[in-house]
Amino acid sequence: MLRRNRWVTAALAVTTAAALAACSGAGGGGGGGTEGGGTISVAMVGNPPMQELEKLTADTFTKDTGITVKYSVLPENELRDKVTQDIATQGGQYDAVTIGAYEVAIWAKNGWLTDLKPALDGAAGYDNADVLPAMREALTIDGKQYAAPFYGESSFLMYRKDLLAAKGITMPAKPTWQQVEQIAARLTDRKNDMAGICLRGLPGWGELGAPLTTVVNTFGGTWFDKDWNPRVTSPEFTAAATFYVDLVRKYGQLGAPSAGFSECLTALGQGKAAMWYDATSAAGPLEDPATSKVVGKIGYAPAPVYRTESGGWLWTWAFASPKTSKKADAAARFIQWATGKEYQALVGQKVGWAQVPAGNRTSLYANPEYLKAAEPFAQATLDQINSVDPADPGLQPRPAPGVQFVAVPEFADLGTKCTQELSAAIAGRSTVADALTKCQSLAEDVAADNK
Amino acid sequence: MTAVTDTRTEGAVTEPPAPRRRPRRGNPLWGVLAWLVGGLFFFPVLWMAITGLRAESDAASSPPTVFAPPTLTQYREIFDRDLLPYLINSAFASVFSVLLTVLLAVPAAYALSLKPVEKWRDVLFFFISTKMLPVVAAIVPIYLTVKELGMLDNIWTLVVLYTAMNLPLAIWVMRSFFLEVPAELLEASALDGASLRVQLQHIVAPIVSPGIAATALICFIFSWNEFLFALNLTSTTAGTAPVFLVGFVSGEGLFLAKLCAAATLVSLPVLLAGWVAQNKLVRGLSMGAIK
Amino acid sequence: MTLTASTPADERPPRTRRSGRRRPAPTVEPSRPLTSAQRMVRRIPLLPALVITIVVTQLPFLVTLWYSLQDWNLQRPDERGFVWLRNYTDAFTDSRFRDAALNTVTITAGAVIISMVLGLGCALLLDRKFFGRGVVRTMLISPFLIMPVAAALLWKYAMFNPTFGLLDALPGLDGIDWVSRFPKASIISTLVWQWTPFMMLITLAGLQSQPGDALEAAKVDGASAWQTFRWITFPHLRQYIELGLLLGSIYLVQTFDAIFSITRGGPGTATTNLPYYLYQSAFNQTEIGYAAALGVVTVVGTILVSTFALRVVSSLFTGSDVMAK
Repeated sequence: MLRRNRWVTAALAVTTAAALAACSGAGGGGGGGTEGGGTISVAMVGNPPMQELEKLTADTFTKDTGITVKYSVLPENELRDKVTQDIATQGGQYDAVTIGAYEVAIWAKNGWLTDLKPALDGAAGYDNADVLPAMREALTIDGKQYAAPFYGESSFLMYRKDLLAAKGITMPAKPTWQQVEQIAARLTDRKNDMAGICLRGLPGWGELGAPLTTVVNTFGGTWFDKDWNPRVTSPEFTAAATFYVDLVRKYGQLGAPSAGFSECLTALGQGKAAMWYDATSAAGPLEDPATSKVVGKIGYAPAPVYRTESGGWLWTWAFASPKTSKKADAAARFIQWATGKEYQALVGQKVGWAQVPAGNRTSLYANPEYLKAAEPFAQATLDQINSVDPADPGLQPRPAPGVQFVAVPEFADLGTKCTQELSAAIAGRSTVADALTKCQSLAEDVAADNK
Repeated sequence: MTAVTDTRTEGAVTEPPAPRRRPRRGNPLWGVLAWLVGGLFFFPVLWMAITGLRAESDAASSPPTVFAPPTLTQYREIFDRDLLPYLINSAFASVFSVLLTVLLAVPAAYALSLKPVEKWRDVLFFFISTKMLPVVAAIVPIYLTVKELGMLDNIWTLVVLYTAMNLPLAIWVMRSFFLEVPAELLEASALDGASLRVQLQHIVAPIVSPGIAATALICFIFSWNEFLFALNLTSTTAGTAPVFLVGFVSGEGLFLAKLCAAATLVSLPVLLAGWVAQNKLVRGLSMGAIK
Repeated sequence: MTLTASTPADERPPRTRRSGRRRPAPTVEPSRPLTSAQRMVRRIPLLPALVITIVVTQLPFLVTLWYSLQDWNLQRPDERGFVWLRNYTDAFTDSRFRDAALNTVTITAGAVIISMVLGLGCALLLDRKFFGRGVVRTMLISPFLIMPVAAALLWKYAMFNPTFGLLDALPGLDGIDWVSRFPKASIISTLVWQWTPFMMLITLAGLQSQPGDALEAAKVDGASAWQTFRWITFPHLRQYIELGLLLGSIYLVQTFDAIFSITRGGPGTATTNLPYYLYQSAFNQTEIGYAAALGVVTVVGTILVSTFALRVVSSLFTGSDVMAK
């Protein structure tokens, strides 16, 4: 029976260890929010600025206020699913969450978010007026501000100055998509593993959906007209989608159908692509020697256009507080801290000014230290954000707010399924026409729910 | 390891075990081939461990560099991001659900073998049929119920769910051990007036105890690795290792090396347990059908 | 949702081919009928396990039935209403749902069959004696022990990725975008990598339980290696192979982690299987009512298929004894 005893001993040892660990408080659970009034739960996407936030919290915020912050860090899709699920079911698991402009419009309408305007306007030293107007507007509905931007972004064109110069090409001050296509054609060099341009092809309304919709906007198309008639098979939308798919198929990166932000960042950062149209927040890691081999070689041009004046999107990861939170005050203090000027200064000193969460405050773009670190792209970013009009991003009035999205609950699903079809077209598994026909019928269902 | 089928006779206890066939020896080339195949299957695991020891920009280089300078940066980063609570949660959920599963499965298996209830066969099949139902179909009502009970983000919720998830498997495995108890011995001891307690302790327990180890191992593996419930029912307090792991996938920036380091760390407990207790794996995985 | 297979094994004559001698009933069954009190006492040890299984696995299904009759989008809480069977008529005209069912079959069958073939091959290799056999066995079972989410992410980012994946480094294979060009094959190969060890363990157990004398006899008779395998080893292995296929199917039909992590069902709907489609409807679309209807249809379908599967199980687990005895 020696063997048996050994197993029993082992089992006991493990159990004891687990029980001890549980008692020491790390994970024993025990009634969710009841323990310790000084603890709040925060869910956020796992992007680099949030990772810094997580690391800096204990030594500063918790030290100053006595409020402990527990984080749940998830990729964008999982986060959106989970937070939606929690808020929609009144689960009350989170006191603060990162959400985007898309969710604000929908959730505020359902009465799920706390109006932060009094807390932000009233806070000493917070200076809510300093927040970039485009960002604040995107988060404000009927005079109530439901979230505070942690960082914000638009989209612009990044290109390798050295490669263009070698071919004798100059980037126009305000490029059109047709010009971008011509430049991409000249820079593509398949033999040397060089793509002319990197564009997202990964399905998801916040992945491929974002750049694609900005192209649709500037081509004069739209998902829905103001009376909720789906316009996905309209000539403008078709032309834009065909242009995008052809551009990435002809001159795009390898593995385009599964490439998102990270893949393109790698492609450009490792010298496998000559241009990249994506978020302004990509500039930081591209100018960081730890992640990029092309530091100092990148030029920044405004988002390409065709029939509109401006072509960029508008996005912000912003902190909001669900109404189900039982610690609204502590949550508000956390949000003031995370989105305030002092936090930006803290990151600047502790981590480096190039890593400061940007695109949210005017004052940052007047800060000499930040401008020194972010010199290549700071002005281009600010100009691009200021050029976006979230209320009127295209050539026609829209039924719901949003530049690169339509702020109704069904759009996340429509955008995801539709970009799945278009991603298949990029992969060469179907055609744009087929994809858009399917999208149109999906869009009709969405329209029926909203008319 | 004897077969699925029982070729033994009624009084099998005293019979010596069937002669074990000696493994064939032959052309050494087969051995070389076996090493190659083993290496091929093991390589991704090794690659994961190696990638975790690189700098992010080396991990993302194309083509991959084999001899990049190793660094512990990624592991440090992971512990900085507080891996420990997640590991403890995983250990807690796994260990307690395994204990509960065994506590429930042993008597149930007993009632389906040595002293069977009527319709024991239906009951047995009922248990196994629950393993065939899509878990996803039940996740919404489970989520809403757990929420109503105020048990979201509570590690005990996972303990209960993992217990129910593993019970069918555990009952089948345990039952296969109970069936090894020689009926004649029990009958004889009953005639000698031995009490149930004595019977259980001296005849049943020695045969069934190793079964508990096999059951515990397999339930531990499935609990530790479970993702869907953990993702949907926990948030900041009760998150387990798989949930921690997906948090490394970032929409912005490079993460391959960190991800691999984290994947190596969270896979390690099951990997070690499986390596050490290899011989228990088969019986558990086959739900007791193979000994 | 109960699924008592009341049961094929009852009606079937004992399969003497498999079970050399069948036990009449498990164990110490007394010949006289039990009193009702005795029957109650016998049930007691079973009850806790039975209750928790019913509560956790069956009650949610009843709730799902109730949800499935409602139009209920989580994000439109004011518009919740009763719609009777409309969700079901929608489900039956939903071509994505049909595609998902087909994909489930393809992915499950593909992964199970391929890993069985490879697993059998590995088992045949490991059945020989060679230097370091234990080490090779340990290496071979490792993929099965890796956390499925970790395995999926590992394959997605470190293997398949066309820019920095390992497959990209192989000569002649660089620049192939595995996941979008061969989405199903990518999912299946990840699953095969994880499940080949499982099949290997089961078939290896079968190989090692072969009676040595039959093989000796075959050798004496001058049978070739292939003849020995075909006429002695394979018939003996058959039940192990069937068992492996069946258990593999039970586990793999639920595949979620790999699809969620590697393709998110795409491109298009090429890899959307039923579990993932249900998840998408419930948590992306937040159409709780519709997702519930899909769930009910899936469960009913699963019952039909698994009733059949249970017939196979009961024959595999040998006649009336059901189990390995």
